[in-house]
Formats: sequence, structure tokens, C-alpha cells
Amino acid sequence: MRKCLQRTGFVARAMIAGTLLVAVSSGVNAQQPSNAEIKIDNFIFGPATLTVAAGTTVTWINRDDIPHKVASTDEVFKSKALDTDDKFSYTFSKAGTYPYFCSLHPKMTGKVVVQ
Amino acid sequence: MANQKQNDPNSAILDDDGVDRRGFLKCMAWAGTGLVWTMSGGVPVSHSFSKHHAKSSDLNFVQISDSHMGFNKPANPDVVGTLKTAIDQINGLATQPEFLLHTGDISHLSKPEEFDNVDQILKSATAKDIFYVPGEHDLLDDNGKTYLERYGKNTKGAGWYSFDKKGVHFIGLVNVVNLKAGGLASLGHEQLEWMEDDVQHLSPSTPIVVFAHIPLWSIYPEWGWGTDDSAQALAYLKKFGSVTVLNGHIHQIMQKVEGRVTFHTARSTAFPQPEPGKAPSPGPMKVPADQLKSVLGITDVNYVKGKHALAVVDSTLGS
Repeated sequence: MRKCLQRTGFVARAMIAGTLLVAVSSGVNAQQPSNAEIKIDNFIFGPATLTVAAGTTVTWINRDDIPHKVASTDEVFKSKALDTDDKFSYTFSKAGTYPYFCSLHPKMTGKVVVQ
Repeated sequence: MANQKQNDPNSAILDDDGVDRRGFLKCMAWAGTGLVWTMSGGVPVSHSFSKHHAKSSDLNFVQISDSHMGFNKPANPDVVGTLKTAIDQINGLATQPEFLLHTGDISHLSKPEEFDNVDQILKSATAKDIFYVPGEHDLLDDNGKTYLERYGKNTKGAGWYSFDKKGVHFIGLVNVVNLKAGGLASLGHEQLEWMEDDVQHLSPSTPIVVFAHIPLWSIYPEWGWGTDDSAQALAYLKKFGSVTVLNGHIHQIMQKVEGRVTFHTARSTAFPQPEPGKAPSPGPMKVPADQLKSVLGITDVNYVKGKHALAVVDSTLGS
């Protein structure tokens, strides 16, 4: 009887430990940096509003046949002129709302919401 | 001009505000065929191309725009060739221009070699004097350093300036910097103050030509085709009997007459863009290769002393 209980205890402890391990490793995965993309085409940022977690690196890709320039309205980030297929990346470490526009075609606007 | 109105078969029928809108719309359809427009007291009167050039003018210049040197997409894989065609066409005009005006987007990406290429091609123009204002494509690097190094001599701020030719006062404005999110083009406080001062002591009979890249009137705000603070600039020009505003940026001809101010945009020498709202966006518009030259062009401008207004003639690079 004692042997059974001991074995059960061992199995139970192993299961608990296993569960804890799984839980811990999930937690670790959630904190690894993630990426998101904004496509520029036809004078439009797509998606116009992008919501991401803090720590995400957002990459703008210009698929338009004319250059564009990504500029944060509050001067937080600014790209060089992006010709077709050029990219610009920015890592958003702080939560907040980041409106931006194309400084060549200012009617083009977008927003990154960082949670 | 007034007499012509009565016995000319093309005579204008004026609306209450003195503008012949029907004739104006007819004009826009004919714009590609070298129709001469002479404005007299705000009334557009048309003549045939050859008849006009038989008259002498006191001042003649040509506007080109939007050469986009460095652009190489399907809408035009050879912007070098079409710019050369434009220069050849200018060199072949019956009346040789005294100088050229380039209303911006000289380069496509502000690269030194792009500016170099344009300079090289323009060397073959008979007219040796060339005046520029930048487009947004010309100021892509640090505060337009490359543009100003080449074309910024004797200019102020982002490259604005004025000069006189045969009694006509030319004002080059820059409305493509410090653009605000969601806004249109902008002249800015410093430039407006400079302009007010620049024209203050000129006699009201001085003909004025203003040139800037983005249109100084609201053509299509959804696509950014307008200037937020141009009303202020135009207010400084209220006293003048003749004001001609020459713009580019939209790669097509649009015209408007408002009182004594004539607004006109030029075709590009590189590629056409769609008419307002006729496409999802204002980007380069592809046309069949054999039609490309018919949607690119130059603008010839004539001034005759004593005449109120300048004659603005558009022609395409081919039919």
C-alpha cells in the first residue's frame, strides 16, 4: 500500500512538475518578440489601424509603384524614402497610440496601437 | 480682344461672374492639340496655334514639370527619352523661349545622379536660363540638401525666390516641406511673410507669375491636390491686374480663372496620372505605349506688353 501511494505521489509530483514546466515555457514564449506588418499600396496603409503588444517590431513594406515616407505625427519614428519593395521597421516598446502619416503624401494616415 | 469677342465665331457667352464656363470646358478637351488661350479681362478667347505665333510677344518662356528622373516602372520605362523629346520640342518652337521654368519633381528619389541626368539633358535646350522649384520627390534626403546645393543659390528657406524678366515679376514658391498629417500642401508662415514683403512695393500693373509644385488652388483635396494656406498668398496679390499661377504635381492639365488670377497645371514629361476620383489613387497611370507621348507635354507662355494676361499654350509630346 505504502509503495502504491509512494508511486502515486511520485507520478502526481511528476505530473505537477510537468504541468508547471509547460506553464513556464508558455510564459517564456509569450515574452519573445513578435512581428507585424503594414503594407503600403495605392496610397493606403493596410491595415490603417494596427494593434500590437508592447515589444512588437512593426515593418512597413512599400508595395506601391511610387515612393512613400513613414513619419510619426509625434516625431517618435521616421523612415527614409521607401521605394517599391523597400522596408522600414520600428520596435514599439511602450504602450500607447502612435498616429503616423506619409510625409510626402500627408493625406495618407495610419495608427499603431500598442497594448 | 474685346472686339474679337463680338465677331469671333468662338465668342464667349459669359455667366454672371464674367466667366465663360462652356467655352472653358471645350478648351480643356482641346488642350492636347496646341490650342492657344489668351485671357482678356478674365474671358478666355481661343485662337488657332499658327495665328498666335505670327504675333510677336515681349516675353516667352516654357514650363516643364515632373520629369521624375529615376522613375523606371511600366507607366514609363524611359523618362530620359521623353524628357529629351520635350527639350527637342521646345527647341523646335517657332518662338524660342527666353528661359525655362521647371515646376518640380525634377528627380524621382532626390539622388545626385538623377539631378545630374536632368542637368545633362537640359544642357541641350537652346534656352540657357532655367528656373526651378522643388517637388516633394526632390527633398527626400536631409532637408533637401542635394536640391539646395544645386538649385538653392539666391533662394531663401526651402528654396523660394523671385526675379524679374521684361517687367514681369516671377515668384517661385515651395509648398512641399513641413507637411502635416492629414493636410494638404503648405507654404508656411516664414515664406508667406517673405512674399508679402516681396510684392509690397510693386505697382499693380506689374504682371505676376507665381510658380510652385503642388497646385495653389483646391483641385482634389482627397488626393492632396491643394495648398492649405494659399489663400493668404493670393490675398497679397489682390492688387495686381494680372496674376498667372503655374503648378505641376498632378501630371495633367487643369485650369481655372478667378477674377484676374489664372491658374494652370502642366502635364508631366514622365508619366500621366488619373483624373480626380477616376482611380483608387493618384499614382502613375499606364496607357498603351503608343499613346504615352500624347499624355505628356510642355507649356508655352507668352506675354505681350499692354495685354492684361499671359497666353498659356499646352502641347503634347506626340499625337
